[in-house]
Amino acid sequence: MPRLSYRRALTRALADEMTRDESVVVLGEDIRVAAANVTTGLVKKFGPERVRDTPLSEQAFTSFATGAALAGARPVVEFQIPSLLFLVFEQIVNHAHKFPLMTGGQCAVPVTYLVPGSGSRTGWAGQHSDHPYALFAHAGVTTVVPATPADAYGLLVSAIRCDDPVVVFAPAGALELREDVTEPAPVPLGRGVVRRAGDDVTVVAVGHLVHDALAVADELAGQASVEVFDPRTLYPFDWDGLVGSVSRTGRLVVVDDGNRSCGIAGEIIATVVERVRLAAPPRRVTRPDGAVLPFAPALDRAVQPGRDQLTAAIQLTLKDG
Amino acid sequence: MTGPDPAALYRTVRLIRRFEERAIELVDAGEIVGGIHPYLGQEGIAAGVCAALEAGDLVTGTHRGHGHVLAKGADPARMLAELCGRVTGLNRGRGGSMHAADFGVGVLGANAIVGAAGAILTGAVWERRRRGADLVGATFFGDGAVNEGMLLEAFNLAALWRVPVLFVCENNGYATTMPVAGAVAGTIAGRAEAFGMPATAVDGQDPETVREAAAAAVARMRAGGGPELIEAHTYRFDAHHTFEHRVRLDYRPPQEVADGRSRDPVEIAGARLDPAARAEIDASVEAVLAAAVDFALAGPHPDPATALDHLYASGLTARTGGG
Ligand SMILES: Cc1ncc(C[n+]2csc(CCOP(=O)(O)OP(=O)(O)O)c2C)c(N)n1
Repeated sequence: MPRLSYRRALTRALADEMTRDESVVVLGEDIRVAAANVTTGLVKKFGPERVRDTPLSEQAFTSFATGAALAGARPVVEFQIPSLLFLVFEQIVNHAHKFPLMTGGQCAVPVTYLVPGSGSRTGWAGQHSDHPYALFAHAGVTTVVPATPADAYGLLVSAIRCDDPVVVFAPAGALELREDVTEPAPVPLGRGVVRRAGDDVTVVAVGHLVHDALAVADELAGQASVEVFDPRTLYPFDWDGLVGSVSRTGRLVVVDDGNRSCGIAGEIIATVVERVRLAAPPRRVTRPDGAVLPFAPALDRAVQPGRDQLTAAIQLTLKDG
Repeated sequence: MTGPDPAALYRTVRLIRRFEERAIELVDAGEIVGGIHPYLGQEGIAAGVCAALEAGDLVTGTHRGHGHVLAKGADPARMLAELCGRVTGLNRGRGGSMHAADFGVGVLGANAIVGAAGAILTGAVWERRRRGADLVGATFFGDGAVNEGMLLEAFNLAALWRVPVLFVCENNGYATTMPVAGAVAGTIAGRAEAFGMPATAVDGQDPETVREAAAAAVARMRAGGGPELIEAHTYRFDAHHTFEHRVRLDYRPPQEVADGRSRDPVEIAGARLDPAARAEIDASVEAVLAAAVDFALAGPHPDPATALDHLYASGLTARTGGG
């Protein structure tokens, strides 16, 4: 079976959609030479009109994409580093997201914001290591965090085809993954997947942490049967899929590479306890409140949710009640 | 439009003027909730610029946007219904004064974030032209907006990629209460010239002068020239926003206000017509607005159950906040 890397899955999704649909254009900094190694080969195939290097003008080119979308394009905007989303939060949330309602349904804004290398890239420190997906979920912008190459392909394709703005976070921790994929296919937005079936506890893991959760589940196999649920899309969230899982296991642990306060883990727990009577208090493993990733590798790792913390959280949940 | 048409220009200026005056009455009557940013005194700019555009050209406006939307051809009745929050409004009562949009006549929206609309319009014009349409765009903004980075970034993108966008600065001397002299280093035209964009300063009180400058710029843009800037000097006759009718902010010397009001675009444009023709236009504008008020107030209020309709173009429905 052909091996597909996460990065090439993104490239292939872009190329396939650009081939399928003339209205797809890609904008970003240094994308013609594929500095982020995602847009490789696209300019040769589709030309510089459709694969546009932008000046360093994040706010303008993000809103430029909104305007292009209003005029019929399906732009994909690549961001070199996740913290640039702080710079364009206004353009995405206050314009792209709000336009359809504010105009009374006169338009759609089908822009995809692609962030390859989100979260910690060890050694990049404070201003390059954010993972701000919860901000977009909070704002109601469709927010996707694929964990695997097949999902990276399938979710990016669906994001491009979606009539709403969609932010696609490709975690740095997943970019180097490869897997066997016979036929890459679209993955529907808003649908989670059980990555590993189990009976005693449901672990919800976001993005690259799915792989940590699977490893922990393997390690605990003798002691506990752990179900791993990968939501894939954080907004809209597959609440029914998750409730189905937790209704069987009766226990919930969430592992999320965002800050603790007002993070997606808090929302997941709140929604589940609204709908399911749990056998034990739920737990979450996250970055600390207000986290800024320090430079030294040991410090960087210390503020990221780790396998040991996840193991401990699962064990505590199993012990309680 | 190619040549000057004094009657058409006057009609647009007069329509905007009376629309604004009627809208203020509806604010006072409690029918327009939230108030408006009156365009009184600045009508010549929207009228002049839009007279130089074709029906298929695109426009974006500002928080002070009624004039732009009307001058580009939106139906005054549906516009007024929008301000009154009725489902019969341009935006089905979802946008109100600051977001009025009419994609059918090329108005991609008034935009309430200062300096935000220029980049959006640049992208829209770029995409339409990529699809083979031979059109241009005009984006309006105030003197306050020229200090917003996003707008200056849009100048650069439009100039670099030669997107034919007419950047129209309505320099009314104030950003809310902040005078231009206290806010703008250098000059507004200089901001454009720094990006290699031709810039013209005009008297915004004379719609014919504005139309002429806009028509010249649009002709150059249609012939393949890049974006241009027009700085139209004007004066806001009324408050920044109708809230000011109650709080009486003290920032403009009375003599300055009197001088500003003495150069009235309605009078300047009206003086070019013979009195009978002018009276006829006035009467027809009154009739249009009387019908618009009736239409607006007769429109149904939106059903609260539909408050989140149109949030997602994809058909996604949001979880509600309650229970
Ligand atoms: C980015 C931004 N900052 C502040 C505001 C609040 N605000 C609304 S209108 C306005 C003044 C705008 O002045 P100017 O651009 O000169 O336009 P004018 O009101 O004079 O037409 C301000 C500060 C806003 N809407 N957006």
